[in-house]
Amino acid sequence: MTLGKTIIEKIFSRHTGKAVSANDIVVSKIDFCLGQDGTSGIVIDSFTRMGAEKVFNADKMAVIIDHSSPSPNEGVSRIHKKIREFSLGQKIHFYDVGQGVCHQIVPERGYVVPGDLVVGADSHTCTYGALNVAATGMGSTDVAACAATGQNWFKVPESIKFICLGKLPKGVYSKDLILYLIGQVGADGATYMSCEYTGPVIGALSMEGRFTIANMAIEMGAKFGIMNCDKKTIAWVKQHSKRKFKPVTADPDAVYNKVLEYNISKITPQIAKPHQVDNVCPLAEVAGTPIAQGYIGTCTNGRLEDFAEACKILKGRKIKKGVRLIVAPASNWILKDAMKKGYIAALLDAGATLVTPGCGPCVGTHNGVPSDGENVISTANRNFKGRMGNINAFIYLGSPATVAASVIEGKIADPRKYLK
Amino acid sequence: MKLKGKVWKFKDNINTDEIIPARYLNTFDEQELAKHCMEDADKDFPKKVKTGDIIVAGKNFGCGSSREHAPICLKGAGVSCVIAETFARIFYRNAINIGLPILESVEASKSIEEGDTIEVDLEKGKIKNVTTNKTYSATAFPPFMQELINAGGLMEYVKKKI
Repeated sequence: MTLGKTIIEKIFSRHTGKAVSANDIVVSKIDFCLGQDGTSGIVIDSFTRMGAEKVFNADKMAVIIDHSSPSPNEGVSRIHKKIREFSLGQKIHFYDVGQGVCHQIVPERGYVVPGDLVVGADSHTCTYGALNVAATGMGSTDVAACAATGQNWFKVPESIKFICLGKLPKGVYSKDLILYLIGQVGADGATYMSCEYTGPVIGALSMEGRFTIANMAIEMGAKFGIMNCDKKTIAWVKQHSKRKFKPVTADPDAVYNKVLEYNISKITPQIAKPHQVDNVCPLAEVAGTPIAQGYIGTCTNGRLEDFAEACKILKGRKIKKGVRLIVAPASNWILKDAMKKGYIAALLDAGATLVTPGCGPCVGTHNGVPSDGENVISTANRNFKGRMGNINAFIYLGSPATVAASVIEGKIADPRKYLK
Repeated sequence: MKLKGKVWKFKDNINTDEIIPARYLNTFDEQELAKHCMEDADKDFPKKVKTGDIIVAGKNFGCGSSREHAPICLKGAGVSCVIAETFARIFYRNAINIGLPILESVEASKSIEEGDTIEVDLEKGKIKNVTTNKTYSATAFPPFMQELINAGGLMEYVKKKI
């Protein structure tokens, strides 16, 4: 008897031309690979040391300068120069400073489509799982191997199925949902697994909301975070890409390591407390905690819908004196759209600081390093000690609406009272 | 290969930002990176660590970012081996790719203490605590990984393909 297959088993089966199952080790071709400025320098060195001369297919690789963009110091400038020269020389897709975060650029510019297998030298590559893409982060040498040969080895992961039932209440967003799920399973609860996110709550989300959820699969240790392809996915992909595609669906009798069912209708805004992403609690438990800085942006929550939600709260209001709000759109396209919609003007009027599209202060290289003892409320995906550049600061993670409400009050605040 | 060294003990969920913060990723030089190795977990570590020392940590060591600088800086600092209850997926691959020996052992992770001297036989996956005279077995690598290690790592494996 042949057992049913999960989405990820089917994608690997399709790519290897044979029926594979969880825990098989396979060598598979890939559809696309990418790197960013923090990791691509080593990708280039490894690529050269392997004896490779040309990228396997220049149309199937992108390098995006997003982590420290524009460069904050001469060391980074040297790395940027090296990356720029390699990318232009190899004629791969290259995005220089200011164009956005790799995980927005790659789907937005249409490079990936449902059913693809993608490897990126960045741990949040799993973001494209929202598009029914098997996408995973690896180190630089593994990405160099992909760039040189168009393939790599993989262990086909087991899958955890998350069934999200009910309906997200008003003022509770996809970010609250994924923080809740991470709190439930823990920082290593899905190590080496593929998370399949299913259920009516996922179906009801916009593509932007789905990217937020797929993005944070790695915060449970997962290798992939993947969703089914529905009408919304197809419409979004057709709007952004000219590539043909064939979506992948799990069989009804697919075998899962675990099936976890949650009723989402009663969850409230969630916060991940310092210094671990799985240190999650309902916002009410930490409401009133003073904050010195807010940040809305990143590959998790720097999209148009995120700014729309923040503006619902911040438009016509002011950030509390002594508190900063930093805003970084996830791409220059999003920045332009947010300008057209009036979101940027509303945020600036409220007292926000706009920084270059890209990772912004998320990784602590520039654009808003907090001071000793300061608390930050951020829409990013990580709150590790030192993450934003100072080990003596404390990072709390929440939704864009939570950040908006909190910077008005200068303390962690429930966004729902502003949405009546 | 047999290794012998003094143990530095770390907790669960040591992430790559603690191993090498992003603010130092403006170089790939092993020695430069080593100056900040484990700094955000223990600021004195770069000064205290000696060549050959061994890190023993809890579960999910190396979680977070994909930065290969993490195993590179540990190697640069002279850390000869990392033993943990479990490793995060990307760090696990990166360590093997750059040649930093890693072993998984729940028992060793739980009972070895900071300052103990231990001996590690990488081929056999045996860990001996010289201080307490206890021995432990590490989880064996899957056959494909062992093949990759024997071939001299991913770099050599790919060289043959090109």
